[in-house]
Amino acid sequence: MNVEATNVAGSNVAGTNERGTHSLEAAQAHARSQAESATGPNRTPSVATELPEGVAAEALRWDETIGGGGYGSVLLHGGDVVRMTDVDGDTCLNLQVFNAALVSERLNPADTVKVQWQAYLGEGALLLSDLGRVLMTVVADTGGHHDALCGHANRHLNETRYGHGAIHGPQPSTRDLLVLAAARRDLGRRDLTAGVNLFAGVTVGDDGSLHRIAPSGVRSHVELRAELDVVLLAAVGPHPLDDRPTFTAGPVRVQAWSAERPAPDPFRSSSPERRRAFENTETFLGAGIR
Amino acid sequence: MTAPRTDDPTTHPTVHLMASPTGVVVHDEVVEARAGWARVVCKGETLRIVDLGGNQAVDCLFYNAHDTVERYSAADTIVAQRNIFLVDGSKLRSNEGSVMLTVTGTGCHHHDTIGGACSRESNTLRYGHHTSAQHSCVDNFLDVGSRFGLTKRDLVSNINWFMNVPVGSDGMLGIVDGISAPGLYVDAHAEMDVLALISNCPQVNNPCNGFDPTPIQLTVLGADRR
Repeated sequence: MNVEATNVAGSNVAGTNERGTHSLEAAQAHARSQAESATGPNRTPSVATELPEGVAAEALRWDETIGGGGYGSVLLHGGDVVRMTDVDGDTCLNLQVFNAALVSERLNPADTVKVQWQAYLGEGALLLSDLGRVLMTVVADTGGHHDALCGHANRHLNETRYGHGAIHGPQPSTRDLLVLAAARRDLGRRDLTAGVNLFAGVTVGDDGSLHRIAPSGVRSHVELRAELDVVLLAAVGPHPLDDRPTFTAGPVRVQAWSAERPAPDPFRSSSPERRRAFENTETFLGAGIR
Repeated sequence: MTAPRTDDPTTHPTVHLMASPTGVVVHDEVVEARAGWARVVCKGETLRIVDLGGNQAVDCLFYNAHDTVERYSAADTIVAQRNIFLVDGSKLRSNEGSVMLTVTGTGCHHHDTIGGACSRESNTLRYGHHTSAQHSCVDNFLDVGSRFGLTKRDLVSNINWFMNVPVGSDGMLGIVDGISAPGLYVDAHAEMDVLALISNCPQVNNPCNGFDPTPIQLTVLGADRR
């Protein structure tokens, strides 16, 4: 079938579009030509470059660069490691974590800081679920600037700060981006928690005051190991305490690979609370959902 | 490590004074130690919580009564006020940035936003597997929330009225001895119709209740004429 475009109000006159999309066949050829000439990021692991040291290409499960205002999601298996790299040294990634086998079980930021007696996340910290299990472990961290308290910006905040906050604009709210990521995993708005912020640190003063740590400007990375099958949602946008007038969030490279768990695991028994979190996860994995 | 407080508010002579009710009493109830409670508080009404026995943590969540996907957000609340403590004048914000309630009066120096609720699961981590059968705030939230159609997926980081959770300079944080006292109160004025869930914390393994859960008084005062 060869249907020529008709001239309707406001559209191109048939045959005058410089892209040559006047017929179905021509439009199809035009659409297909775009992938061939693309130069942007390729999220196919098989062609990934800059592999972390010791990681074979065939072990890679996810390789994507999420730009500021972007989002992504992935399913990781227990033992998989994901490295997130702050490419430009000035970004914030809000991370939400769910038990893939029981998605109502999710990262609980309050339990994460309370159980470990520590507000600031760093190497060795566990991301704890609301069912007393370890979902992920921070197995490496070269930056040390993370936040488990402040959550993510919503549309109202971005509209107030930048004048726009909707997902189709230049300053999309992290919260609404997370909803888009959640939808890909059969999750919704009410499944979101504050999550944790990577690469954007916050300190708490004696009087309870919150202070944002200035961006490092240095390429740093954090590595998280999945302790059971997990769904990750990620969105990149300014930290909610970042009151700079411009929407500032650099790209985050995300690379995940399958790995062997070290034995003995140096993180498993670094505190009695952490040991029991691993015991609870092991009970879950050994006995199924209970 | 956290330095001991030097401005102990429980010794202040004025802390027992409550503001006079500005409207009719819509509801007034003493909630038993360890119990859960839920009720819709309408816009303009004030929920008053009185710590009858002293140092009784009161775990609390709020939802937009007409759309429970919108709910109290500890993160949005502390970001907006640049402080983790709730005090007189604090505005309790939702996950969509709305002001849900305003703290219009309190005799307690500050209240907690980051400690979350105890659960049988977190109890196993903090105190040992032998505590898993003990009653917990999450069970109270699940019970009273289920009567309004809420599920586990609706539970998020909650307010802990009257609970003391300092953060040290190295990030160490935890629940320490309380700063409340018998008769201290907090007033939360509803700026929208809200569903309030409360767990009168049953925890016996840390000082949030002075190791002795006690009753609280919950009063809903009618719409004021502000």
